[in-house]
Amino acid sequence: MCAVRGLTKTYAAVRGRRGAPAVPEVRATDGVELDVRRGEIFGLLGPNGAGKSTLVRQLTGLLRPDAGSVQILGHDIVRHPERAARILAYLGQESSALDELTVSLAAETTGRLRGLDVRQARSERDAVLEELGLTPIAGRALKKLSGGQRRLACFAAALVGERPLLVLDEPTTGMDPVARRAVWAAVDRRRAEQGATVVLVTHNVIEAETVLDRVAVLDQGRVIACDTPAGLKERVAGEVRVELVWRERAPLEVPEVAVLRERAVESGRRWTLRLAPEEARAVVATVTGGAAFAALDDFTLATPSLEDVYLALGGAARQGLVKA
Amino acid sequence: MSVVPAEVLPGGALAVEETAPDAPVAELGPRARLWPSLVAVYRAQLSRARVARIPLLFVATFQSVGIMIMMRGVVDSRGEAQSVVAGSAVVVVAYVALNLLAQYFGQLRASGGLDHYATLPVPPASVVLGAAAAYASFTVPGTLVTAVFGCVLFGLPLANLWILLAVIPLAGAALAGLGAACGLLASRPEIATLLGQLGMSAALLLGVLPPDRMPGIIQFARDLLPSTYGVEAFARTFGARPDWAVVLADLGVCAGVGVVSLAVATWAYRRAAVR
Repeated sequence: MCAVRGLTKTYAAVRGRRGAPAVPEVRATDGVELDVRRGEIFGLLGPNGAGKSTLVRQLTGLLRPDAGSVQILGHDIVRHPERAARILAYLGQESSALDELTVSLAAETTGRLRGLDVRQARSERDAVLEELGLTPIAGRALKKLSGGQRRLACFAAALVGERPLLVLDEPTTGMDPVARRAVWAAVDRRRAEQGATVVLVTHNVIEAETVLDRVAVLDQGRVIACDTPAGLKERVAGEVRVELVWRERAPLEVPEVAVLRERAVESGRRWTLRLAPEEARAVVATVTGGAAFAALDDFTLATPSLEDVYLALGGAARQGLVKA
Repeated sequence: MSVVPAEVLPGGALAVEETAPDAPVAELGPRARLWPSLVAVYRAQLSRARVARIPLLFVATFQSVGIMIMMRGVVDSRGEAQSVVAGSAVVVVAYVALNLLAQYFGQLRASGGLDHYATLPVPPASVVLGAAAAYASFTVPGTLVTAVFGCVLFGLPLANLWILLAVIPLAGAALAGLGAACGLLASRPEIATLLGQLGMSAALLLGVLPPDRMPGIIQFARDLLPSTYGVEAFARTFGARPDWAVVLADLGVCAGVGVVSLAVATWAYRRAAVR
């Protein structure tokens, strides 16, 4: 469906100016290799600056790579970037091109520019707006909507005019649960009825675990892992995450707690520990009984998430997927 | 902290299938054709006027009307009055088509809004021409109001005002093309705004003031500005027996500049859209 080989893009160094520090050369994508299968929801996961958006811009023909190839449904997108627009629909992070249009006109115009005639564009517009529950606000300008509604309206525009591949860059940012559900239902319907494939950029680990068929973890422009969410989590299956929240401060006078401190990531009153299951059990027993319990406010015990996988893979200085 | 199992080391990442890539080449979706997509862009842009542009149109008109009122005390000859009215009317076109369009494209480019169009199979000319046509249309009410007000103020005949039907689209094309090119070529939105403002100021100073009092070099600069030809064509029609051939020649210059500047803007759009 979509094959990426050796994709590399380097942004040139920027010399410092007054008020702007110098930026060294950045390799935004570094020999990226991917295969997206037909009909799957494929995720790109990684922290800010990992190269996700650069990769997506290369897939959509918006950015020429320095080296490497992108084949989508047999078309060479590096050589013919203009073909990308006829194969895929892209939902970028910016809505400025549509901001001053009404929801209805944004969807209709996008359909027209995707090659539909007036009648088709209008009937598809009506169907998509109905499907996403946007009909009641169809006459309002995107600018006047809340962030989540605006995002949903842009998503609607991306769906008008069928495409075999949807490339969505953080589609559900700012959306409430109802809107999110509408997005994933719409994506699923297109997959079931049209065999659509989805490439999804996301920050949201929970969403990634529930909707993605496979996920590539990006770090500093490289793919550091690619598997199903379950497959990735299996790699750190030996671990359990224990979070301890102390009332005021940790009871370091308890020797067992003092020992734990070295292994904990501290953030205010909160300690996060990654432990083997039996160790975790022992820790929970310690803190829920005796002197430590008096100082404990709350604790959680969780199986590993994709975020833990990312950290275990050694992603960017262990800062996590989302900057705090 | 965690212990990393050996199998998750970066070399273990298997993103690439061993199987051969999909053999059949998929059919491409339809290409959007020039005229239908131009009309769609035009319609969408025109609808923005309701949301964002109306206050700015008032500004453009009030500015020109104010200039004419100011000049009323200075101008004594009929020839000068003709230049002032024609110049003020064309300044409305310069303000909206050149200045505002440069700002619009500058901001669209800087904010990544061009990606939206660049990932649709739409000819670049449709986007540029549709937006330019919409901005030229925004100038119609302001230009008409300014021209009629000026004619009444300076006692000029209203009979040949129909020439605005040619002046607005042709001067509009030339100035909107320049505005779009400035907005799309400027590396930062502030520079696009600056270029738009400078262009508008040039149209204002060189177009409204009667040319015969200007020094040679300024007159030369005036001749380089496409709006000048719109102003001259319009000003000539106030005469008792206008020389229509010269009017036509002036409008021809506007049209020529319009074609060139819109072509440059289309090229600039292509360049800005795919980097």
